[in-house]
Amino acid sequence: MNIDKDSLWIIILTLGIGSFLLRFSFLGLVGDRQFPPRLLRHLRYTAVAIIPALVAPIVVYPNGSGSLEPIRLITALVTIGVGIWTKNMIIAIIAGVTTLFTMLYVII
Amino acid sequence: MPSTTTKSKYWSGMRDSAPFLLIVGPFSVLFGVLATEAGLNIFEVMSFSLVVIAGAAQFTALQLMQDEAPTFIILISALAVNLRVAMYSAALTPYLGQSALWQRVCVSYLLVDQNYALSHTKFEAEPTLTTSQRLAYYFGTCSLIVTTWLLGSYIGAALGFIFPQNLPLDLALPIAFLSMIAPMMRTLPHLIAATVAIMISIFAAGMPYSFGLILAGLAGMITGAQTEVWLQRRLKCKKL
Repeated sequence: MNIDKDSLWIIILTLGIGSFLLRFSFLGLVGDRQFPPRLLRHLRYTAVAIIPALVAPIVVYPNGSGSLEPIRLITALVTIGVGIWTKNMIIAIIAGVTTLFTMLYVII
Repeated sequence: MPSTTTKSKYWSGMRDSAPFLLIVGPFSVLFGVLATEAGLNIFEVMSFSLVVIAGAAQFTALQLMQDEAPTFIILISALAVNLRVAMYSAALTPYLGQSALWQRVCVSYLLVDQNYALSHTKFEAEPTLTTSQRLAYYFGTCSLIVTTWLLGSYIGAALGFIFPQNLPLDLALPIAFLSMIAPMMRTLPHLIAATVAIMISIFAAGMPYSFGLILAGLAGMITGAQTEVWLQRRLKCKKL
């Protein structure tokens, strides 16, 4: 793959500094003062919005071989479904991987 | 006497964190493997894991680098994924805000999902703990989790080549992300936020500079927050 090494280091260092500042924000700088509730309310939904938005196009528009497409979709649906149902990350991973391998080597 | 109880808090933090290694271990190995596949060498993989220490953000950056997204989009997306640590920082401040600056710097550097969840639960359950006992417990929870994260990244990067070439590794990332996100879907607003984000990301996938991701993320956040307000209002109306 062609990842540009200069931008790789910019990304590593900026992400490191940025992540540290996010973690240090209250502990170090804000102290006991509270963030506005409006902002906190939006922060609660960042991860559940960004991560599915990142995954969905990978699942729906694969750039690899065409035959994998239904397998991708079913694997993704099983992983998220089992995860929401059990609230357990490890069970969700096992379900997703099992589905993937069953479809790859047993059914097809 | 205080030093013995402080020490025992450190060990109990370490013990409590042990089950989380089942999650952190495989994820860190996966990061090492995928980063190596993407062309990073061991030094780059280890720097990444040591400097950033944030699974979801690292995976996000890796995926977008492979998609050849512009640097600023990569940074915004990965930091957005990591925004929740600011909430953890806020939640821990009442308990650890009294400690020395250098201690708060260390607490911040090591702060991830697992040690936050363990420590916050502990501090709430045992309000009589002193600040130094809390710090000891917190650093106890960090020690195994962070060393596992680094060790796993190393193992993945060093031994990635032994995995068979035909494994569908491009599906490893979606499975990892979806399993990470699914247990967070605790409430209706969370589900709606995710659904809106998914729909917009699919329709906006063709937008230049991966801008669709930012748009989908923002739309999901706003919808989630609005749904929460709306549900609370309805609850209040019912009570009246």
